[in-house]
Amino acid sequence: MRTLVRYFRLLQVQVRSSVLLGMQYRADFLIDGAVSLFWTATALVPLIVVFHGRPGVAGWSFPEALVVVGWFTLLEAILEGAISPSLTAVVEHIRKGTLDFVLLKPADAQFLVSTARFEPWRSTNLLTALAIWTVAFVRLGRWPPPLGLLAALVLLGSATLLLYSLWILTVSAAFYVVKVDNLTNLFNSVFDAARWPVQVFRGVLRWVFTLVIPLALMTTYPAEAMLGRLSPLALVGSVVGACAFAWLSRRVWLGSLARYASASS
Amino acid sequence: MSARSTVRALPTLMRVGFAEAIAYRAEMLVWVLSTTMPLIMLALWSAVAADAPVGRFDQKDFVGYFLATFIVRQLTGAWLAWQLSFEVRTGTLAMRLLRPLHPMVSYGVENLAALPLRLVVALPVAILALLLVGSRALPRSPALWAVWALAILGGWLITFLANGIIGCLALWTGSSIKVMDVWLVAFMVFSGYLVPVELFPGAMRTVVAWLPFRYQIGFPVEVMTSAYDLPGALVMLARQWAFVLALFLLLQLVWRRGLRRFAAYGG
Repeated sequence: MRTLVRYFRLLQVQVRSSVLLGMQYRADFLIDGAVSLFWTATALVPLIVVFHGRPGVAGWSFPEALVVVGWFTLLEAILEGAISPSLTAVVEHIRKGTLDFVLLKPADAQFLVSTARFEPWRSTNLLTALAIWTVAFVRLGRWPPPLGLLAALVLLGSATLLLYSLWILTVSAAFYVVKVDNLTNLFNSVFDAARWPVQVFRGVLRWVFTLVIPLALMTTYPAEAMLGRLSPLALVGSVVGACAFAWLSRRVWLGSLARYASASS
Repeated sequence: MSARSTVRALPTLMRVGFAEAIAYRAEMLVWVLSTTMPLIMLALWSAVAADAPVGRFDQKDFVGYFLATFIVRQLTGAWLAWQLSFEVRTGTLAMRLLRPLHPMVSYGVENLAALPLRLVVALPVAILALLLVGSRALPRSPALWAVWALAILGGWLITFLANGIIGCLALWTGSSIKVMDVWLVAFMVFSGYLVPVELFPGAMRTVVAWLPFRYQIGFPVEVMTSAYDLPGALVMLARQWAFVLALFLLLQLVWRRGLRRFAAYGG
């Protein structure tokens, strides 16, 4: 319990320093906001073209697919605001050997590196996600059922955990392949597929996106929960799957850390 | 900086660039993996076309189109914006300025020297396309092959020059990665990389025709999959090279103006 309190206070300190840092760059708020609006609007173009003049694709109507896009936008906000800034810094640490300084501190290294940096301005994307959902449900002409919303909230937690675990796995690769700018690119481009409901993919690709790189659990399932048509089994499966992924990524992180040879010394 | 000494330096630069590409092969592999988006779009569009063809595209056409997209992206890739932005920020650009060779030439040759390695990736995909789609996957006549080669060169030039212009912005702002991100998003959507330009609704297609993006990917891909007859292809080629010329002049301007501000921090 005492360790828990200690880590909670540590988290507070880390968040505060990130927020203070973010406040120095207030202009970024406008730039980031504008860029993200442009991003989201442009990214909708392929969706609009695919659904143009078609009632639905793979059992998804246009507004329903919009709900998935809303989840994608939300998770992207979490990824870019809370996950990738810290973990990109780890890659730099590994390359330069400055990870030593983190490892020497009397706290868990994974915790320290994961909470090192938050970018508060990225939270503008949360508003974009809300706007997309509003448009989607107005076009559907109904609102999400309360139970579905509750399930969606649970799935938000498991999706965040999954995203974080996948990132840790990617970062662990940095211990093996030193220059890893490209790896983050790779991660982003794979994650981009989460923009689409998983049902539009057939065969092997659907299996990969459900079980290996569980994009379906991050955007499609929460969207289905919001639409009130997710089976309880899928809900339980998602939570269990997310925990399994978190466990796996922790193992891999520890294993990779053991290989760390400290480039500077 | 005479033309003769530049030409004499080219083979060496090529060798150096190629050696560099070999040294960073793991990195290139990761880059190639991150350009597999067309394959995901391929899966998506085939699902859409499973019931009824979309426009003139049936499932096979989509396979041909997106495999060609993958190949063209491999052949027209450039990363000058990141490189330039980095070298301006760290001051290492100063080193290049000291050499008796225009920095843009050395950047260009470095980019081109990675081409053989990229061909190694692109060729199997081309063969796969040929097996899956048949002769429709390749240009039909020698003349169209020539247009295709010019279109690929033009596509690469547009990518390279636009990268250069955005990279030069770093001379004013310190870093132009954010601008590049915006450019990339627009590129992905409007170049035909995710959606064939033909399938855009009417008004949007007109807008796209006036943007440089579709001449980077869409046009070479369309020549490859025989969407044009020869006169049509030549008209498009002229438009593409007009963009090449415009971007070339713009890069000259930005480079000259920007360089005056260069202070070689840390260099």
